[in-house]
Amino acid sequence: MSAEQSVVIAAQGVNKIFNPGTDEEVIALQDINLNVDSGEFISLVGPSGCGKSTLMRLLADLLQPSSGDLLINGKSPRAARLDRDYGMVFQAATLYDWRSVTKNVQLPLEVMGYAKDVRQKRAREMLEMVELSAFAEHYPWQLSGGMQQRVSIARALAFDPSILLMDEPFGALDEFTRERMNMELLRIWEQTGKTIIFVTHSISEAIFLSNRIVVMSPRPGRITKIVNNDLPYPRDFKTRGDPAYHNMVAEVRELLRDAIGSGSPGAARVPSPPHQE
Amino acid sequence: MTLVNEKRPSLARRVNRQLRYYSPTIAVAVGVLLLWEVIVLLFDIQQFLLPKPSAIFGEFMLQVNLWLAPDEGSLLFEASGATFWEAFGGFVIGCGGGILMALITSRWTIISEATMPFAIAANSVPIIAFAPIMNNWFGITNPASKMAIVAIIVFFPTMINTVRGLTLVDAGQLELMQSYAAKPSRIMFSLRIPNALPYIFSALRVASALSLIGAVVAEFFGGPRATLGVYITQEAGAFDFAKAWTAIMMASLIGIGFYLAVLLLERRLMPWHVSFREVG
Repeated sequence: MSAEQSVVIAAQGVNKIFNPGTDEEVIALQDINLNVDSGEFISLVGPSGCGKSTLMRLLADLLQPSSGDLLINGKSPRAARLDRDYGMVFQAATLYDWRSVTKNVQLPLEVMGYAKDVRQKRAREMLEMVELSAFAEHYPWQLSGGMQQRVSIARALAFDPSILLMDEPFGALDEFTRERMNMELLRIWEQTGKTIIFVTHSISEAIFLSNRIVVMSPRPGRITKIVNNDLPYPRDFKTRGDPAYHNMVAEVRELLRDAIGSGSPGAARVPSPPHQE
Repeated sequence: MTLVNEKRPSLARRVNRQLRYYSPTIAVAVGVLLLWEVIVLLFDIQQFLLPKPSAIFGEFMLQVNLWLAPDEGSLLFEASGATFWEAFGGFVIGCGGGILMALITSRWTIISEATMPFAIAANSVPIIAFAPIMNNWFGITNPASKMAIVAIIVFFPTMINTVRGLTLVDAGQLELMQSYAAKPSRIMFSLRIPNALPYIFSALRVASALSLIGAVVAEFFGGPRATLGVYITQEAGAFDFAKAWTAIMMASLIGIGFYLAVLLLERRLMPWHVSFREVG
């Protein structure tokens, strides 16, 4: 994956400052440099306030950088958004209550003007992929949190974007559901070959999922280190028992501790380590 | 996740369940009427102070017979019909106008910000005080004068609630639309309007009660003989309180009917809403 044309995201010297020139000025992101190749699974980890969600929102063109260059598929984030290059999954499933599951999955296709039969076919395929075919006519409130989040993933993939942006998608789920969702996401990733940018608080989740981990630190938000994760795919429950996996967890936790130590006092603490079997 | 493929219970069981559900309500209603009757008898209360429920019911049946008789007519039912149309007309004009105004103002933030303070202020004005003015404008016997009052009364709460529903959209749901590069018109139809439906219907439920109040009270300031407001004032003035009470009863029935009609429409248009979810 070294070919020039396969670069999906290219960030160079990106800064984001909120309320510049006022008393409430906050440097949310400072000098972000990051290149992501096609088909990579990248996790952004760091404590609250490290700017990982802000970075995600810059990629999604929901915010604009204060300075620096940011290219997605060789275009500006705005052009990439207008070309519908990426699908988004938020922490909340943000399903529309008044739409059935299949109608929720069809929403982006409706907005983008696909014909009805195409919409229905795509929705069927996507629901099959997230294993919710039996729930197509259900309404969101009839589903559990994990199922809602799977619908939201199906919706994000429905229009076949090349990039999937996921902002703490499993943050609200319990540990067991989260681990199952991690496995499902890996399966979907291997099946579709999408480029995934995944924001999370959880070190173990980041290491289990991604091939590179972007460790970020707060005040100002910046990249401390980009860690390569060579654990072989496909990964499954055995991966979590692998000593190499535990070494990675320890390494990233150490990086985060250093990163916070170097920040100003009162910075958010590292999330507590997940129990290890 | 078993609740959806459950078989519907049999008709007999459903009727039984409904009866059990409503039986406390029915018991309270019957109890209150009985108590009322007993108190009037026991304390020998004069009929012009408080007529017995049985007397009111007797008068009502008399009017029903007159109404059903081929050559006769019932002033009570004629009045009810007239008041119903005033309230209904005002309701449709006022709520329709309120929703339309809300759609326009929320489309352009500037207009919304400029008009909302006035709408909220107008909403706390006792509109009914304008009834004599409307009588002058449209003519005291013209139903339009009452419709206008009803329309103004229901306009503001409907507009305010609709604007709220259109603008108080979940940030994530809105960002989702932006990530699809959706046009404003698409966001309006696929997100803002469905999001506003619960707000609109809660306004319509309030408006359904307000419209009857508006029509009857506006008629107190004068109107044709065959309207409930005039009927009540005239019969009360003539100390025929059983008759006045039948008119009050009719106004209540129309009001309840309105409310139920709105509720039915609500269930049809938003069966997904939290208030209609079957539990257990």
